[in-house]
Amino acid sequence: MKSVIKVSDFRKNYGQLQAVKGISFEVERGEIFGLLGPNGAGKTSILECLEGLRIPDGGSIQVLGLNPAGQAEQLYNQIGVQLQSAGLPDNLRVDEAMKFFCAYHRVSPRYDLLDRLGLTAKRNAPYFQLSLGQQRRLLLSLAVAHNPAVLLLDEPTAGLDVAARVELHQMVKEMQAVGTTIILATHDMAEAEELADRVAILLGGEIAAAGTPLELRATGAGLTKVLVRTETACLSDTGLTWPGVKQHITKGEYNIFYSSDIAPTLSAVIGYIAVQQDSLIDLRVECPSLEDRFLEITNTGGSE
Amino acid sequence: MNAFLNHFLFEFKTGIRNKTLLLMNYLFPFGFYLMLGVLMTEIYPFFREVMISSMVTFAIIAAALLGLPDPLVTAREAGIFRSYKINGIPARSILLIPVLTTIFHLLIMAVVIISTAPLFFAAPLPVNWPVFFLIFLLAAFACSGLGVLIGVISSSSRMTVLWSQIIFIPSMMLSGLVMPLEILPEVMRRVAQLLPATHAINAFRGLTQQLSVDFNPIASILILLTGGLLAFFLALYLFNWDQRNPVTKHRYLAILALLPYLIGVFLFS
Repeated sequence: MKSVIKVSDFRKNYGQLQAVKGISFEVERGEIFGLLGPNGAGKTSILECLEGLRIPDGGSIQVLGLNPAGQAEQLYNQIGVQLQSAGLPDNLRVDEAMKFFCAYHRVSPRYDLLDRLGLTAKRNAPYFQLSLGQQRRLLLSLAVAHNPAVLLLDEPTAGLDVAARVELHQMVKEMQAVGTTIILATHDMAEAEELADRVAILLGGEIAAAGTPLELRATGAGLTKVLVRTETACLSDTGLTWPGVKQHITKGEYNIFYSSDIAPTLSAVIGYIAVQQDSLIDLRVECPSLEDRFLEITNTGGSE
Repeated sequence: MNAFLNHFLFEFKTGIRNKTLLLMNYLFPFGFYLMLGVLMTEIYPFFREVMISSMVTFAIIAAALLGLPDPLVTAREAGIFRSYKINGIPARSILLIPVLTTIFHLLIMAVVIISTAPLFFAAPLPVNWPVFFLIFLLAAFACSGLGVLIGVISSSSRMTVLWSQIIFIPSMMLSGLVMPLEILPEVMRRVAQLLPATHAINAFRGLTQQLSVDFNPIASILILLTGGLLAFFLALYLFNWDQRNPVTKHRYLAILALLPYLIGVFLFS
């Protein structure tokens, strides 16, 4: 597959601070690529250089075969961008904004997007009268109105309510289905896990880990959590050593086992309950999530 | 063209929706015109002769120097230019459209002054309408050029006020707008030639009212044209999209906008 975005040895400095320290990645057509990382990890710097808003201090960046720093005017009709920090004129009404930006992209206004993102009642409202969530929904609808080949989203669901968030995820999936390449910078691990085909976890301006969410979850210490509740709480204070279990705690009526080898742990726990003639009320197995993996990487400073 | 027109219409409407711009484009010039019309025609009857050109010039400097720069600074600070950039809106549109809409608002204000001054204050009308219109356009362009340049180089709204007042206050006092230039000392008359308002009034009086002038009114037309073009292109060159990510540019180059006026001091005194 052809790479739509190519980032090679990209570096960005702010004075003495090295915000991005020579990272490389490629994103293919129709792929959703997640950029994850704590604040200051370099996500926004990468996005802003992809958007042509900032100029890299080293390395190369190509979006659709164009250099965003030097060929921005050719690029802007082909990319859609939702910025983390941007605004519109206070007096610009929602309908006017759609007409205004679509005219610059030479497409018909997409008022249907306003309806879809729950802005129907606000179509005549000026920008300053919109709530934060409504402003972000408007900016999102403007970003996708011209059916861009590449969509760059910086914290797209920040400030959105649940319904708008679900709608956004649906829109992102639909755009992917028609071949749009999407880069998604987010703090929301569940969102990245749901949407992204691949993610890169950034730490201190470097890629600490990259791969599919499944691959990332499978690597690392990743202890599986087993939660068990029984009729007579026979699992509490047994003093036993359970196979595969690294830690065993009791929380309320639940016994929680953190296991590195789930099969022998489960079989030992269930066997013990049967021997004790206790009854199982609830049993849950929670695999390590992307968030667990993210926290593991960020807590160890990526040095694993 | 459709995009440019849309942008123009939005900016034009902003000039009315935005209270500060409404004040600077219409209310302040109109109030000042009425006040001066009542006061000055009583204490200085000759003011009636120059009233239309003076009040139109006042409207120009109020809208262009006090009204135009701040929205540019505010838009940059609010990240509006970032939104514009990622949607492919060129810098030339961002700067040219406010200039054009300001001129359009000024045209409306000029029509109000021209149509009411003879009725309210028995002010004589200009005798050469095409030239009056030309001088009006050039003066509005020259002052709007300086207005956008101030908006581009000012780091904050506070600095905008400072830079604007540096031109606005001397324009009020020295350009001949209220008091005739002849009563000023020679050195102050030369200093006044650094101001676009002085050239606007000089050209209006010399070419549309057949009144005596201090220096060549054709030269004033040329100076207004070159001054406006230079200020606008300097603004375009020094334009920064982003408050958080400014590209280093030599803002002191903005002083070059005064070059045509400075040359005028030496060539056309």
